[in-house]
Amino acid sequence: MKLAITGGTPQFETQLERRFGRCAYFIIVDTETRAWESFPNPAAEARGGAGTQAAQFLANQGVEAVVSGDFGPNAFTALDAASIQMYSAQEGQAETLVDDFLAERLARVTGSTGLAHHGGGRSQGGRRR
Amino acid sequence: MILTVASGKGGTGKTTVATSLALAIADISPVLLDCDVEAPNAHIFLQPQFDQRREIGLPIPEVDEVRCTGCGRCAEVCQYHAIVVMGGKVLVFPELCHGCGSCTLQCPEGAITEVANLLGVLEAGPAKDGIHFAQGVLNVGEPMAVPVIRELKQWHPFPEGHTIIRDAPPGNSCPVVETIQGSDFVLLVTEPTPFGLHDLRLAIQLTQELDIPAGVLINRDGIGDDGVEEYCRKSGIPILMRIPLDQRIGKAVARGEALVEAFPEYLPQFRELYAQIQSLIDSRLEDALPQAMGPRPSDGAKAGRL
Repeated sequence: MKLAITGGTPQFETQLERRFGRCAYFIIVDTETRAWESFPNPAAEARGGAGTQAAQFLANQGVEAVVSGDFGPNAFTALDAASIQMYSAQEGQAETLVDDFLAERLARVTGSTGLAHHGGGRSQGGRRR
Repeated sequence: MILTVASGKGGTGKTTVATSLALAIADISPVLLDCDVEAPNAHIFLQPQFDQRREIGLPIPEVDEVRCTGCGRCAEVCQYHAIVVMGGKVLVFPELCHGCGSCTLQCPEGAITEVANLLGVLEAGPAKDGIHFAQGVLNVGEPMAVPVIRELKQWHPFPEGHTIIRDAPPGNSCPVVETIQGSDFVLLVTEPTPFGLHDLRLAIQLTQELDIPAGVLINRDGIGDDGVEEYCRKSGIPILMRIPLDQRIGKAVARGEALVEAFPEYLPQFRELYAQIQSLIDSRLEDALPQAMGPRPSDGAKAGRL
């Protein structure tokens, strides 16, 4: 199956990036052959809706499962609609996370784990009272 | 005249100043618009009787599943990623949608229609001393304040021709930009502290970017340091009024009393403030007249900004 891991750099040795929607790269691995490819996340710099855009990208790639740190409510809803299974990890290299995934050592995510941010580009616009 | 009371930093006294200014010039029946739609509170001080109400919505897409082929064009054209297509099924995220209508226009099957997503309400009515009052109230949990502010500005439940005072939200982000746009003058309320100065500088940059004249009111004068004063002197921003730190004022405001009602001795100062703002706007208009007919030779450098 096709497994995506959110990474900070485009190598198989990359450390897990805990933000799903705004990770720099997706490492997409074929869990049978361990063949892998990395893709820059098109949503990394999105003004808003990073979670939904990233989810759409993975769905278009035919990904069936994804490992990250946190999944916001919009990302969760979109990934869930695409029947992409979500797994959460604290840290680790993409390479070793594949083993963890295969050995069923990762926690399955069944609900949103983070808050919606409504756009990194607007983060300065938060209320300052 | 349209005058916006803004601040940058929150909690400096925007509403205290806006409501007292409105009361001070109540003889000319000003309009007060509370544009802080996430937490409007000017009504506490001016006690309007709301007799007009309008609901504000954004047009969001609704997909006819029978006609939809799941082609994904809507998701491709959405700049806000408010719509995704997963396995041929369309999912709409209303809180991300800006209501631009691109998906509806681009759908090759004509499967998308627009329905209203309620964002909040506008309310208006007469307030104390003949002040015309209106406010926007954004629904709780709704992130999009700008459309509500835009509608509030365009709403005219009152007779035309009155001075308008807009009470802005805190910060320097989109809702503040929307509130300030179209004003003749921005009164920036600050406190003389490093925090006040930091946000005041951003607010001044914003007014300069929008090319709207600004002046400063220092609230809680006497605390902090000279930073605000020095900055205003250097950048040529006039300090129009000062309100000293006075616990009695804080207590009165906390009881829901307007500053000039609790302390009528401030009335002349607010009237003077209004007169000063009016003359600053007038002198700017006079300055602008010759320039409108072509740059004066001595003004070559400045003319570049036009």
